[in-house]
Formats: sequence, structure tokens, C-alpha cells
Amino acid sequence: MKLKLTTLALGAMMAAGPVMAELVMPSLSYRTGPYAAGGIPFADGYADYFTLLNERDGGIGGVPVRVIECETGYNTEKGVECYESTKGEGALVYQPLSTGITYQLIPKTTADGIPMHTLGYGRTSAKNGNVFSHTFNYPANYWDGASGAVNYLLEENGGDISDKKIALVYHNSAYGKEPIRTLEELSAKHGFELILLPVDHPGQEQKSQWLQIRRERPDNVIMWGWGVMNQVAIQEAANIRFPMENFIGIWWSGGEHDVLPAGAASDGYKALTFHNVGRDFPIFQDIQEYVVDAGKAAGAGDQIGNVLYNRGLYAAMLAAEAVKEAQEIHGTADITPAMMRDGMEALDMTEERMASLGLPNFGPTFTASCENHGGDGMVGVVQWDADSQTWSLISDFAPTDQDVLGPLIKADSQSYAEENNIPAQCE
Amino acid sequence: MPEQLVFAMEVVLNGLMAGVLYALVALGFVLIYKASGIFNYAQGVMALFAAMTLVGIMQGQVPFAHLINATFGLHVTHFGWQIPGFIAILLTMAVMVLLAWLVQTFIMRHLIGQEPIILFMATIGLAYFLEGVADLMWGSEIKTLDVGLPQGINLWIDERTFNIFGYGFFIDNLDIVATIIAALLVAALVAFSQYTKQGRAMRAVADDHQAALSVGISLNFIWVLVWSVAGFVALVAGIMWGTKSGVQFSLSLIALKALPVLMLGGFTSIPGAIVGGLIIGVGEKLFEFAIGPLVGGATENWFAYVLALIFLVFRPQGLFGEKIIERV
Repeated sequence: MKLKLTTLALGAMMAAGPVMAELVMPSLSYRTGPYAAGGIPFADGYADYFTLLNERDGGIGGVPVRVIECETGYNTEKGVECYESTKGEGALVYQPLSTGITYQLIPKTTADGIPMHTLGYGRTSAKNGNVFSHTFNYPANYWDGASGAVNYLLEENGGDISDKKIALVYHNSAYGKEPIRTLEELSAKHGFELILLPVDHPGQEQKSQWLQIRRERPDNVIMWGWGVMNQVAIQEAANIRFPMENFIGIWWSGGEHDVLPAGAASDGYKALTFHNVGRDFPIFQDIQEYVVDAGKAAGAGDQIGNVLYNRGLYAAMLAAEAVKEAQEIHGTADITPAMMRDGMEALDMTEERMASLGLPNFGPTFTASCENHGGDGMVGVVQWDADSQTWSLISDFAPTDQDVLGPLIKADSQSYAEENNIPAQCE
Repeated sequence: MPEQLVFAMEVVLNGLMAGVLYALVALGFVLIYKASGIFNYAQGVMALFAAMTLVGIMQGQVPFAHLINATFGLHVTHFGWQIPGFIAILLTMAVMVLLAWLVQTFIMRHLIGQEPIILFMATIGLAYFLEGVADLMWGSEIKTLDVGLPQGINLWIDERTFNIFGYGFFIDNLDIVATIIAALLVAALVAFSQYTKQGRAMRAVADDHQAALSVGISLNFIWVLVWSVAGFVALVAGIMWGTKSGVQFSLSLIALKALPVLMLGGFTSIPGAIVGGLIIGVGEKLFEFAIGPLVGGATENWFAYVLALIFLVFRPQGLFGEKIIERV
């Protein structure tokens, strides 16, 4: 009897003993379905970066990172299910990888006190941390993208585009319509003519839009595409012999899989970006050594260095740096979601910091704060070389027009705050 | 000639070409429905599966590589050879025949005599299963399909129309090829069903299953044949659409473009699918050209269905469909 009691007591002690600390990073990925071509490299990059930290550094601050991957299929309902099923695991930050899922999760994550990071997608006005306490969208948002495209065209045309005609070919959805208001404001400011050309989902048939472009002869085309719409648009542009160097896509229209189907005809196509491209960075040597060669790569290893792989890696790097900030602020390595949020608000991405991580000039420098969850909105431009099948960064990460964007973000976020009775978060 | 009229002529020509591509997808639906009364929801996915298989064979990709690697700890992706387009098309056709046999043997044979809605549900299941198999078999990345079809503006038409109207029409070379192939395909299908023993048996089964059985026609064989022919049509559609956009999972959504064509042309008529496709193609493109700018554009998807509904109200069996008269 005594032996039994002792055994039971020991068992209870073991069960109640200190749980091994870990940093839980959910990855709401989409490796299946129509959009898997973009989802797979992002998920691989996100996972591989944390694997590298675990294998090379023993985690972050000595605490290992555990990535929980949950397949959303880019479906909003499934994304919310993934959130609900993983949040109890101690999730520190969510990357929903879908604007639809983001909109559903903004109130949920706020209520649950878990931060969410939507880099380059989601609700643009979430940049205003005074309203959106748990949503972050640094380093750039869709409106930065629209302004970045116009700024790039201004730079190319000696600062004057008042005589230019610019067409926006966009996915006829909430996502595709995001840049319209910004472009209308910028059209009024700079005097260019704006032509709006919506493309219905999924975008497999765009003959009407490109015939109209051929008739109206815009000087430049900006594209807000997604999925098959991107490949068809680039092919149609090539078919009508639209100069590729005058065709700029948003960053979700600027992956290898978007240009490769058009072959040589896609040469010179441009896309906006908020991170660097290629694998010419010291960190990729470490990824090869500690992740790929060790047989711990998330995928087949064939996505490393792709645009969307780099985006996933960049997202993971920003999350890891926010963890470090949180650990420093709170003096503990085993942080909570609330501490993670503090870390994200305190994030200061300097060039020195990126260089020390093996990622020099990998992204724009920015500083987050309680009021500013979106960074400084610096945007660059990449161009596709069909011969070498590589993207190259052809501009610096340049500032966007905050004089125009600031009031738009303020108005949109204030209206959200009024609808949802949200008091100021940064008193 | 007024500029807008010239533009409208270009739009009509492009609409006709787009209509041919829609008709190519609709043809597969018609073939199976005509012979077996099944509305094959999986037709779009069959086009995707056929195109993925074609690219996989051409590039020497190892099927189920991910599964093989995960199971046996290997790292195989390709055999290391490339197969010319024509041979790859023949091999893909063999795979589509095998698929037809599998569908008939393991699904449809067991559902003979069931309500049409049950058969329809079975094809929904088949569609999702096939999509998963295609993913597992060939991977989900976007693949470039190049079987040597020309793409881009036809310069001859551009020059001729420029000389006549002062504005060169844009006609895509791929659309011209698609039109020729569709015409050959329809001629071959008609010749097959009219002049071959199997074709006549197929028509007999389509007219009356019981009567066909009573004269010794194998229903099983005919349905395998029909699904194989539908697989071939799916392969042709997959090649055309896959060349335009790359072979990717959204290729299965081209089925959405075939539905208004079927509503308009009827589910049982091959000429109906062609004429329906042309009417839908021209109708949606002209509407987008004339009315689109007034209502913010992106009218094509919904207007195709409006057009089909209008025809449906006045001729429920479609333009060329068989009128069903049931006597009480």
C-alpha cells in the first residue's frame, strides 16, 4: 500500500512538474488548393527560419520555438477553425496569411490578447495602434503599395506624371479594391488619369480588359492580382505587346510562379516589394548547413530563395526579433502573448540589426510604437529577368506618401473605433 | 467607319474565339450526359488532371514523389528524361482511358439505375477525390505547359485589318489554333458517332439503355468509352487553357465557364455546345464592351448566366436540346 501511495505521489509530482518552456508560433498555411503555389514557399520559409534558430542557437533566448502548422486552404472558415484550435497551445503571434481570415481574427485576437501580424496584407488601417491594439502590419500595407507604385513612376518620369494614363487591373474583390481610393487621391494630387479595370474571380479570362488596355493605350499598368489572375494578366500583356517594364504588380503578383508560365515574354515585368529577393545573403549558408543538410527543411528544399520563401523567412525573422524585444523588456525568456505584443510594439529594425542576423538590406528599416503598428511604409521595386529566371531589387526601399495615406488611415480606423466603441489604446 | 464600331467588331471576333474555348469544356459535359444522363461535375477537374499528367509526363516527373519520398526516405523528383509533346499526349490519353475504366468499374457500375441526383453527387465526390489525387501525384506548384502551340497577336490579321479600318485587330494565335482544333474535334466526334460501330452503340445507349442492352450492347464498355472520350476532350481543353495560364489548380474552375454554355445550348447536343459557347462568348464580351464601363466593369461572369437564363425561360431544353414530353 505504501509503495502504491509513493508511486502515485511521484506520478502526480511528475505530472505537475515544470513544463518545458517553448515559444509557440502557429503557422496558418495553405499547402493545398488553388493558391498552394504561393502558400507552400511562405510556410517553408517561416518554418525553416525557426528551425534554424532552434538548431543553431537553441531557440530564442535559450527557449526552443515550436511551429504549429494548420492548413487553411486559404479558406476563411478553416482559418478561423485553425485559430480556435491552436490558440490554447500558448500561441504567441498569428500570421493568418489571408485578408479574409485577418478580418475575422481582428476582434478575436484582441479579445484573447494574442497579437497578429499581417505583413503586406489584411486591414490597412490596422497600422493605427491607437485603435487596433493587437494587430500589426509592418513594414508596409496595401496603401503603401499603391503609393510606392506611383512614387516609382514619379521617379522614372522626372517627378511629373500629370500627362500619364495609368490603368489599375485588379481582382474584383475587397483585396483588389484596396488601392483604388489611394490611387484616386494620388491621381488628384499628381494629375494622372486613372483607368479602373476589374477582373472577376478567378481571372482565367481577361480578354476584355486587355483589349481595352490595347485600345486606351495607358502608359503604365498597375496590377492587384491574385492566383491565376497574375499568370493570365502577364501572358495577356505579352500577347498585346504591352511593354513589360511599364507593368508593375503588387507584391502578391510578384512571385516566380506568376511569371514563369509566360516564359521569355515576361522579361522586364516589375513588382513592388517590402523585402529583398534571392539567396545572396549570409543566412542562407546557415539554412543550408543547419536546416537543409540536416534533413530538417520544411519542404523539399526547392523553394529556398524564392520570393515567397523569403517573405515567410522575413515574417519569421520579425517575429523572432519581437520575441527578443519582449524577453528583454520583461526579463524572462518564457514570454506570454501579452509580452509578445509589447515586444512587437517596441520593435526597431535597423540595418545593423538585419546585418547581424545575416540579412543585410533584406527589408526596410522601421520602428514600431504603440501608435504605429505599420512601420514607415517603405516600398521597393523588383524586376524579373526571364533569362536567368531571377528577380532583382532595382530600387531602394523608398518612403511612401504619408501626407495622403495618414488621413486615410486615420479616417478608416476612427470609423472602426466608433463602430466598435474602442477607446484610445495609447494614452 | 466609326471607331466604336471597329472596336466592337474586334470584340465580337474575340468573343467568338473565347466562346470556342468555353465550348471545348462544355463538350465533355455533353458527351457524358448524352450517353448516361450524368451531369459530370468532375469535368473541370478532369481537364486539370489531364493537363497535370501531360506536363508531368513531358517533364519526366516521378508521380507520387512526395509520398514515395516520405515513405521510403528518398529524394526522387524526376526520372531525368523529357518526353516530346506528341508522345506525352498519347500517354496522357492512355492515363485518361485508365481513369475512365476506374471510374466505371469502381463508381458508376455500382450506381446503375440510381436517381440522377445520386449520380451527380457521385461525380462531386469524384471531383474532389481527383483533385486530391492530382495534388498528391504531381504536386501543387504551377507548371508551364508548352506543346508548341503559338501564342500572341496574329500579325497577318493585325496588318490586314489595319489596312482596312485604320486599326489592327488583336486576335490571339492560340485562339485561332483552339478554333481549328475544336472544329476538328467536333467533326471527329460526329464522324465517330455516325460511322463507327462503337459510335452507333454509344448513340443507342444514349437513346435507350434497356433497348441497347437487349440487342447485346455492353453498357459497361460503352460507358468506359464515353468517359474516355470525355477524358480526351478534357485533355484538349486542359492543353488550351493550361497553355494560357500555366497548369494550376484553378484550371478546374473553367467548368464554371461551361455551365451557361450548357444551359443555353442544351445538355445533349454537340452542335448546341458549340453554338452556345459562341453566343455566350460574343454576348459577354459585347456586354462588357458596351455596358461594362457604365456599371464598373467585371460583368462577364454574371452576364453569361443572365444570357443563359433568358434562353432557358423561352427554351428550357436549350437551343438544341431534346424536348422532353412526358404523358400522364
